[in-house]
Amino acid sequence: MKQLHELGIKEIHDGYLNKSFTCVDLVKHFQNRIDKYNQKLNIYLALNDNALKEAETIDKEISENGISKPLLGIPFAVKDNFLTEGIETTASSNILKGFMPQYESTVTQKIKEAGAIILGKTNMDSFAHGSSTETSDFGPTVNPWNIEKLPGGSSGGSAAAISAQLATVALGSETAGSIRQPSAWCGVTGFKPTYGRVSRYGVIAMASSTDSPGPICKSVEDCAIVTSIIAGRDNKDATTCPSPVEKYYESLYSPDLRGLRIGIVKEYLLPEMRDDVKNIILAAADKLRLLGATVEEISLLDPHYSIGVYTVIQRSEVSSNLARFDSIRFGHDRNFFCEETKRRIMLGTYTLSAGYYDAFYKKAQLVRTKIVNEFKETFNTYDAIIGAVSPGPAQSIGVSKKQPMYGEMEDILLEPSSIAGLTSIGLPCGYVDGLPIGLQITGHQLKESTVLKIADCYQRNTNFQLFPDLEKIL
Amino acid sequence: MKITPIIGIEVHVELKTNSKMFCGCPADHFGKDPNTQTCPVCLGLPGALPVPNEKAIEYCIKIGLALNCKINSQSKFDRKQYFYPDLSKGYQISQYDEPFCTDGYIVLDSGKRVGIERVHMEEDTGKLQHLILEGKKVSLIDYNRSGVPLVEIVSRPDISSSIEAKEYLKKIHEIIKAIGVSSADMEKGQMRLEPTVNVCLEDEHGSHYTPLVEIKNINSFNFASAAIDFEVTRQTEEFKKTGVEKSATNKTTRGYDSIKKITFLQRTKEEAKDYRYFPEPDIPPYIIENELIDKLKSELPELPDQVIVKLIEKGIESKYAKILYANPESLAVINKFNGDSEIEIPKLANLIANKKIDIAGDVKGEYLKATKIGNTNIDELEGVIEKIITDNPGIVAEYRKGKINVAGFFIGQAMKETKGQADPRTLNQVVIRLLNK
Repeated sequence: MKQLHELGIKEIHDGYLNKSFTCVDLVKHFQNRIDKYNQKLNIYLALNDNALKEAETIDKEISENGISKPLLGIPFAVKDNFLTEGIETTASSNILKGFMPQYESTVTQKIKEAGAIILGKTNMDSFAHGSSTETSDFGPTVNPWNIEKLPGGSSGGSAAAISAQLATVALGSETAGSIRQPSAWCGVTGFKPTYGRVSRYGVIAMASSTDSPGPICKSVEDCAIVTSIIAGRDNKDATTCPSPVEKYYESLYSPDLRGLRIGIVKEYLLPEMRDDVKNIILAAADKLRLLGATVEEISLLDPHYSIGVYTVIQRSEVSSNLARFDSIRFGHDRNFFCEETKRRIMLGTYTLSAGYYDAFYKKAQLVRTKIVNEFKETFNTYDAIIGAVSPGPAQSIGVSKKQPMYGEMEDILLEPSSIAGLTSIGLPCGYVDGLPIGLQITGHQLKESTVLKIADCYQRNTNFQLFPDLEKIL
Repeated sequence: MKITPIIGIEVHVELKTNSKMFCGCPADHFGKDPNTQTCPVCLGLPGALPVPNEKAIEYCIKIGLALNCKINSQSKFDRKQYFYPDLSKGYQISQYDEPFCTDGYIVLDSGKRVGIERVHMEEDTGKLQHLILEGKKVSLIDYNRSGVPLVEIVSRPDISSSIEAKEYLKKIHEIIKAIGVSSADMEKGQMRLEPTVNVCLEDEHGSHYTPLVEIKNINSFNFASAAIDFEVTRQTEEFKKTGVEKSATNKTTRGYDSIKKITFLQRTKEEAKDYRYFPEPDIPPYIIENELIDKLKSELPELPDQVIVKLIEKGIESKYAKILYANPESLAVINKFNGDSEIEIPKLANLIANKKIDIAGDVKGEYLKATKIGNTNIDELEGVIEKIITDNPGIVAEYRKGKINVAGFFIGQAMKETKGQADPRTLNQVVIRLLNK
């Protein structure tokens, strides 16, 4: 029999209905695990003191009305850039240490209204500036598969929380790879909805034009359930899309992938990529073929172009978004920004300055349009494209410190889809050196259902939903 | 030496929408307790996002239409970045290269056109208060005003005197009030003026231009006028002393001290800001449809100049037409008696403009009393004319044969009899009536 921390959303709801366990049991179970493992893994920065009380209320609700809400009694870990009323929110930056939000982010509001319980807030790269969780002012999170390795980032704490099974579901956010890359390195499933599909209101901004909140889960199924709740037009976010939200889980459980055309991007199998990683991706392509999809090699712009575009646009927006931390209202002064944040503010300020704007920002936007158009054309023919999430498995702790462009190089295969605002999922597809490798499946804007369908079918027909044995590793 | 001032003016107008520009807080902030009308958005809290107020955008476009602007089919918001304690986000959401309205104009009474470069939408800042509290100097910030919708109207440097500047500003003020988008109360800071002034000096060696000076945040037409005059003199003298001409780098910003009646240096170009404008990523670009423009056009009331022209067409002198326009109650009286056979509108206008009639009282009675001839009323006048008619049957016969200009004889005689007191028009009417009897 599975232990409580191993259950997905549906299994938990079954358990509640069968009275196998209560919500209080589940929350206590996770709290015990957090007590036991969090110190070594450094996943949670702050815990919800009211979680047990909330669980008691939920148990009462279940005994009276059954499972009346889609996330009732589901324990969540929430990335620390989502504002949560009553729980300290810092975006892993000292400048916000002690900041108690006065309002709730739309996404956390929605999951709460759907019955979820927030266990706590998870570590991340400071202000989401990084792909390692090493730029956190509160120390790096370590990879539950190997404590000498990084979990990736910036949603490293959330991905590690799922991998270490310290929550059932986690919320992350992705500007370019920050959900998919840590999910790949931690061997879990992370879903990035289309830009504008999920509200950014109350999520501390990194790069406003690409920030996309999304779930990190044990399975594609859970990702689909959570996305159905958090997606949708928000009157508080002018960039959210008005089209109705699909019931994403209805696209799941397809017996095969017949009729779907999938492109495997030649340029994304980088020359510097290890052969064993490449082979895992090619094997995943073969698996999709076996499931009935047509998989063909396609060619796209060299992803290196996206690094330039993304770096300029993201730094520009960062320099502007962080201007409000001017020490007038949030306690600490700008010396409390970490080195990486300062670097980004300086570069962004430079690229927006008089005389440089045209050469950098404007040119970057032109290339961005080119990339968007290229994807548009590709998706005329293909339902999805696939490739590796990152060039290799989790890297060692400390590696990001010496490389200012470390994150960009790790996210090279994710940045094109992010700057084009596409939807994409990262899910485990194999292991090298005892570390997980992630497959990305990317679809056109608002094609969440297609991506989830392919990913779900692949996941149900493979055996890569593995979790590390913390007793042995820690 | 010929001295020509070159003046352009930026006018900021606070709109009277219900809510602020990018959040639901009330826009009416005047006299409210500090920081009682704020929310995460206008406080610039982390994670908060702006959602544009569509009504404010419609108001902005209405101003553009009233100022003869072109309404751009594509428009967007930009971030204007600078640090100031009252600016909650570290940037102001404004419009840079794609404002809602461009290329308009206003016609001065002389017939001169003052070009309007742009009319754009932005948000107001909070307000700093420097106080002494418990013996300590403190600076406090009130964010009630933060995010209040502001429209900026930028003229071209077509204005060449403080008198023209004042006329331009008054016209803008009247238009804004007429279309009902702002109370434009200067004392409440709902309309703020920033003239940019320099001077062209011409002598036998050619033309010289003095460095540009922007005068910040003036809240009265008279101050604007005085500040411009002060600057013209100051810059002319400065040029005579130093010979420094305008360059790309020597624009300065000055304030105006209304008590000392002088301008004073605030900032030089070296300290000037690079605003690092870039498109606001939190707000999608706007496509302005023709249907919206047509709808807003149809909602515009008659503009001041149109109303004044109509009054002049009724025979009212233009100076009186303007006085009447400035006072809606007077205008209402004129409109009420328009078409009344006993009342001549130009005369009524004259009496009202010269305050000879109490418009709150019995207007018609007072009018008739004021327009009767000396001590003679109409009955007496008829008696006088009938007597002249009876005394001159030959001339009456000529008139009745069709030589109608002999009527002038009777008018002249009657005028003589009444010692010139009779109103010529009334007299004329009565003479013609009686001759035709």
